Amino acid sequence: MEQVYLSSSPHIHSGASTPQIMRAVIYSLLPACAAAIFFFGVPALAVLLIAVLGCMACEVVCQRLMKQPVTLNDGSAVVTGILLGLNLPPTSPWWMTLLGAVIAIGIGKQIFGGLGYNLFNPALVARVVLLISFPVQMTRWTAPTPLRYGVDAVTAATPLGEWKTAVMLTGRLPEGLQGGTFSYLVGNMPGCVGEVSALALLGGAIYLFRRKILTWHIPLSYVASVMILSGLFWLVDPGKYPDPLFHLLTGGLILGAFFMATDMVTTPVSPGGMILFGVGCGVLTVIIRLFGGYPEGVSFAILLMNAATPLIDRYMRPRTFGVVRQGGAR
Amino acid sequence: MRQLTFAGGIHPPDNKEWSADKPIEACPLPAEFVVPLSQHIGAPATPCVAAGDSVARGQIIGEAHGFVSVPVHAPTSGEVVVVEPRPHPSGALLPAVVIRADGEDRWGDFPKPEPLSGLEPEDIVEQIRLAGVVGMGGATFPAHVKLSPPAEKPIDTVILNGVECEPYLTADHRLMLEEADRLLDGVGVLQKIFPDARVVIGIEANKPDAIAHLQQRCADSSVEVVPLEVKYPQGAEKQLIKAVTGREVPSGGLPMDIGVVVQNVGTVAAIADAVLRNLPLTERVCTVTGSAITEAKNLRIRIGIPLSHLVDVCGGLTAEPGKIILGGPMMGAAQVGLDVPTTRGTSGLLLLTETDLALRETEPCIRCARCVQACPANLLPTTIAAYGRLDRLDEAEQYRALDCIECGCCSYSCPAAIPLVQTIRYAKAAILARKRSG
Repeated sequence: MEQVYLSSSPHIHSGASTPQIMRAVIYSLLPACAAAIFFFGVPALAVLLIAVLGCMACEVVCQRLMKQPVTLNDGSAVVTGILLGLNLPPTSPWWMTLLGAVIAIGIGKQIFGGLGYNLFNPALVARVVLLISFPVQMTRWTAPTPLRYGVDAVTAATPLGEWKTAVMLTGRLPEGLQGGTFSYLVGNMPGCVGEVSALALLGGAIYLFRRKILTWHIPLSYVASVMILSGLFWLVDPGKYPDPLFHLLTGGLILGAFFMATDMVTTPVSPGGMILFGVGCGVLTVIIRLFGGYPEGVSFAILLMNAATPLIDRYMRPRTFGVVRQGGAR
Repeated sequence: MRQLTFAGGIHPPDNKEWSADKPIEACPLPAEFVVPLSQHIGAPATPCVAAGDSVARGQIIGEAHGFVSVPVHAPTSGEVVVVEPRPHPSGALLPAVVIRADGEDRWGDFPKPEPLSGLEPEDIVEQIRLAGVVGMGGATFPAHVKLSPPAEKPIDTVILNGVECEPYLTADHRLMLEEADRLLDGVGVLQKIFPDARVVIGIEANKPDAIAHLQQRCADSSVEVVPLEVKYPQGAEKQLIKAVTGREVPSGGLPMDIGVVVQNVGTVAAIADAVLRNLPLTERVCTVTGSAITEAKNLRIRIGIPLSHLVDVCGGLTAEPGKIILGGPMMGAAQVGLDVPTTRGTSGLLLLTETDLALRETEPCIRCARCVQACPANLLPTTIAAYGRLDRLDEAEQYRALDCIECGCCSYSCPAAIPLVQTIRYAKAAILARKRSG
C-alpha cells in the first residue's frame, strides 16, 4: 500500500453538492420560463436571456477583479439570473435588465463575499433597486398575447394594480376585475415574466419538494398567512378587499413563496425559524398590498424578512434532544 | 408491524448485501497476537505478565484499574514475546502484550460456573467485569458499569441493540441469526440482574430474517422483538431508547437516569459466556468487507489479530485501499496501516477504495439546513462548526456542542462537503479540555 487517507469519520458522503441543488432549481424554473415565453413571446425570452447571461458575466468579472477563483460552475449565478428575469416586466428594456443583473450579482451577492454570504436575496435586491429607480419601466405591463407573437403588445394593468387604482380612486373594488380564476391559474394576465402562471410555478415547486430541496415550512406558512390575513379583511369588507384566492393567484405570491422566500442562503436554518420567516413574509405582504403605496408587496416583504434572518436564527433554535425547554431561548 | 424510530437521521446506502448472507466463519489463528492493554473506555489495564511467561487462553494478562476498567485476557495459549508500545487502533503507540501462539489454543483452568439460580446480581456483575466484557457495538464502554446502577435509579427497561445501523456491517445480524442461543442465554442473565424490567430486542427492519427468527424464539417469553425503521443512526443509544420507549436521555445524563439499560447483542452473548460458561471475552464476530477486499466475510475473530491477517483470510486486496476503517463508514476509525490489531470493539474491518470516499474540496455553506434536518440531536451543526472553526468555544458550547453524538449525519448530508462533525468534535474536545483545566 502506497498511502491511505486518514481522517475522522464519517468516511462516506451522500454525493449531494451545491451544483446539484442549483441544477434542480434551474429545472424547476423551466416550466415558468416556458409559460412566460408562451404568454409574452420574444420579449420575455429576451429578458430571461439578458438576465442570465448578465448575471454570469458579472459573476466572472467580479471574481476576476477580486482575484477569487471563478465559481460559475456552481450554477448559482444562473439561478439568480433566471429569478431576476422572472421578476421583471416582459417589456423591460435591455439596459435595465442588464443593470439589474449587475446589481444582483455585484451588490446583492459578490460584495458580501459571494455565494453563501449574502444577507439579501440578490434577485430581489436588483428588482427593488430597479423598481425605485425606474418606476415607469418597472410598472409598464402588457396583456399576454399567447400564440400571436408578431402583434404589438397592448398595455394593461396587473390585476393587483387594477384593484389598487380602483380602491385609491373610489374606495371600492372595481366592477368585474378582468380575467378570472382560470386565467390567473394558467397565467393569462399581465404581470412579471415569471409570476403569472401559478400552475407552471407549482409544477416546478412539486419537483423541488420531491427532490427534497424545498421543505414545506416557508412556502406553507407564507401562503397560509397571506390567505388567512387577507381572508379576514375580505370577510370584514368584501366590497373593498379582494378575496384570498385573488391574493394567492395574482401578483408574485407563488413565485415569491416557493422560489424567492425559500432561497437557502438568506433564510433561517431551523424549522421554527423558517415558519416564523414565512409568517412574517405573509403578514408584510398583505399589509403592503392593502395599505402600502405599491400594489405588490412580495419583494419588500421577503427582503425585510431577509434582514431579520440573523435575528431569527439567533432566537429560534430547535430544542436540543434531551433538553427540557425552560422559558424562551437564552 | 409498526416501525419505531427517532427524529432526524439519514439513509445512506447500506451495502450489507456483500456479507449479509455469509455465515460466521472461524478466523484461522495467526502466529503472533498483539493484545492492546487499552481496549475500553476508561483506565487502561496494567500488564501482569512479562516476556518469556507462558499464558493460556483466557488468562488475565492485564489487570483492571479502578471501577471503569476491565482486565485483558490472553486470546490464545502461547508465550509472551514482549510487552511494549505498539500501533493501536486509536492511532497512537500504546502498551500491548505480544504473544507467540503455541498452536494448542489451550484454555486456562477456570472453576466450573455456578448455576445462575444461585448467583446474586452483584456476583453476576463482578463475573462480567472479570471476563472483560465491554460494549461490543464499538463504544467499548465496560458492560458492568451499565449493569450497576445506583439504587435510586431503578431500571424498568433493558434494550438489546441489534440495530446495526452502520452501513456494510453484518456481524450483529449474523450473530442474531446463528447464535440466538447465546443471545437468549444472555437475556436470562440480564433478567436475573433486573428481574422486573421489560426486555426489548431492537432490530432495524432491513434484517427481516433476524427479526422473524428472534420473534419465533421469543414467542413463549416476555421478551419483545421490535422492528425499527431503517435509518441511521437508529442504533445510537439515545436514539434507540427514544424509538423504543419514547423517553429522552437528559442532556449530559445516562440511560440509567431514565430507567433504561442498553446492551449490544454481541455484548449480551459475551455476558452469557462470562456468567454461564465462565469464559472471558477473547473473541467476537467481525465483518471484513468493502470494495477493496476480495471476499467479504463474517469472521469469528480473536482479540489481538493483526488486520493484515484478516485481509489474507479474506483473499487479499483487489484494489489499493483508499481508507482502512475499523468499524463502519459513519463512525469507524481510519487506520494508518494494516499492522494494528483487532480489539473487543472491532465490529468490522472496512476497506474502501478512493472512489468510495468521494473526496472533495470544502465549499462555502449555502445554509441549506440539510445538516439541521439530519441532526438526530436536534442541533444546528453548521452554526456550531462555524464557531468551532473560529475557536469561539463559548458560543459553540452555548449552541450545545456537547450534546453532539458525533454520528456524522451532518457531514454526510452537507452539499458543500464541509467537515461539520469533524469540526464539532474538535470544538467538543477543546471545550472539555478547557473545563478540565478550570
